[in-house]
Amino acid sequence: MTTHSGKAGAQMTPAERVAYGILGVGLSAMGLRGGHPAQRLLLGAAGVAVAAQALTGRHPLATALKIEQNADGEVKVSDAVTIGQDADKLYARWRDLASLPGLMTHLEQVEVLSEKRSRWTVKAPAGTHVGWEAEITADEPGKRLAWASLPGATIENSGEVLFRPAPGDRGTEVVVRLGYKPPGGATGAVVARMLGQEPGQQLRDDLMRFKREQELGYAPTARGQSSGRAGAGTGTQEGRV
Amino acid sequence: MKAVVWQGTNRIGVETVPDPSILLPTDAIVRVTSTAICGSDLHLLDGYIPSMEKGDILGHEFMGEVVEVGRDVKKLKAGDRVVVPFNLACGVCDPCRRGLFSACDNSNPNHRMAEAMYGGVSGGGLFGYSHIYGGYAGGQAQYVRVPFADVGPFKIESDLRDEQVLFLTDIFPTGYQAAENCGIVPGRDVVAVFGAGPVGQFAARSAQMLGAAHVIVIDRVPERLKMAAASGAQTINYEQEDVLVALREATGGRGPDHVIDAVGLEAHGHGPGALLDTAQQKLRLTFDRITALRWAIMSCAKGGTVSMPGVYGGLVNELPLGAAFAKGLTFRMGQTHTHRYLPDLLGRIEGGEIDPSFVITHRAGLSEAPDLYKTFRDKKHGCIKVVLNPWA
Repeated sequence: MTTHSGKAGAQMTPAERVAYGILGVGLSAMGLRGGHPAQRLLLGAAGVAVAAQALTGRHPLATALKIEQNADGEVKVSDAVTIGQDADKLYARWRDLASLPGLMTHLEQVEVLSEKRSRWTVKAPAGTHVGWEAEITADEPGKRLAWASLPGATIENSGEVLFRPAPGDRGTEVVVRLGYKPPGGATGAVVARMLGQEPGQQLRDDLMRFKREQELGYAPTARGQSSGRAGAGTGTQEGRV
Repeated sequence: MKAVVWQGTNRIGVETVPDPSILLPTDAIVRVTSTAICGSDLHLLDGYIPSMEKGDILGHEFMGEVVEVGRDVKKLKAGDRVVVPFNLACGVCDPCRRGLFSACDNSNPNHRMAEAMYGGVSGGGLFGYSHIYGGYAGGQAQYVRVPFADVGPFKIESDLRDEQVLFLTDIFPTGYQAAENCGIVPGRDVVAVFGAGPVGQFAARSAQMLGAAHVIVIDRVPERLKMAAASGAQTINYEQEDVLVALREATGGRGPDHVIDAVGLEAHGHGPGALLDTAQQKLRLTFDRITALRWAIMSCAKGGTVSMPGVYGGLVNELPLGAAFAKGLTFRMGQTHTHRYLPDLLGRIEGGEIDPSFVITHRAGLSEAPDLYKTFRDKKHGCIKVVLNPWA
């Protein structure tokens, strides 16, 4: 789902374009210096490709990883899930901001400061933490909740969650749209994803956790089951089939 | 306890592993009295289904006696005799409420792996069938943990033998769903079944139970064809006859009204298509070998149904989609909604309409599982269906 506007792929910041340009020229130069002909060809071609990317301003890795970014350098993430419960109940669960870390595992803490203001602490790559203050910008009980970080946030971000009745007796469609400016531009978003902190996947996991909490009341698991893995068993009988 | 364990590609062992325990209040522990090897276990054996981990307990066809239940389990108690569907379903999500139990939204804890491969959605979990399908320990063991114990396990209260009801866990409902998906018009429709393994046998007999005017079964293994013929089906050995020509002749040039592909992704066969599939699969250019599916499409009558209980894993090349379009075919496929069929099929067994034990050719203790996986895979010694007793 990409209802937001934005160019396809991700744009590099001016600093990133300079860095990629230098890398491209460097690779090409290495290709010209000599060595095995195949190696020269490969280095030269890679160099030209990287330099060309710098000229177009499109971030090659971010584009390949389908990181969506708009003209302001904001990364957009959205997803949706249908949950067999009333919108009012789901909205109430979400509106209780202080309890959200139970649903979203990357959230460390949400402190409610006032009716509209809250302070968020999030686990960041490599065991660090990032925090900011946010303000609720729209609040329509049972329908929609929107928020945005306040000026001075390390990661400027905003988002909204919509609660729509699903057709038939299927409950409620929960749609979440997030936008954030990764520190370090598109390269920062790529690094974050390489480190396994991928907001799109986190959002998907959070929505499925939400669905299971609301429909089942627990998370199904296979963790802790018996198996023949190392240390778990004895008396192995090897068998080649 | 003793359990059959996946030790790597083409390596199966019997190991002593820890007994299972209740992990969630909705779990039950079942002491397994009978378990079977399924044709789809062979896709795990040779590594065509990804995400197996060394040490995984195999098996998804099992039954037994409840020995322990979690505190939220209401319908079962210790001592109940149960058959357990091979797929796990939560019973409360939208697909479950519509009877699409194998499409359960909630029972696969590893939904993200399946979502990445299969278009953003995951089906339900399966017992003993890789981590894409949840990583649940299987039932080729002395005990098994059964999650969603109020939804899956089906009580057997009559004195039917294990062998008569064991296949309600998978192959009987799977063959039945394949026949039901054809929408057979009783007394009129001709149904062809590719593959006379256990699912093909049940698909053929289910087509007969649903009123097919004529059933034709295609395979290359003489004892499988003999078993199918025993139910009154016509048989074709594709190694001795040109299967497409034989099917045209058998149906007056129309082709079978419905064709069931009970083979799936590891089809054998011959001809340029089969060679191309094998070459591409070895080069990892295609996932699945589709000779049976190709024949199904090419032979099916205009306006017919291609019903696919056979398992497919990924992408396929050289699918004759133009032929399917030209003939206006309907495709029906997917994992079995086992839970949905159990009451009706148990009734048919109790009523004497069918005795599913006809398919069993081999009986043994758990320790013989590694040898019997091989015997079953290689179709040696007339092997069609293996039943294991974990306590022998």
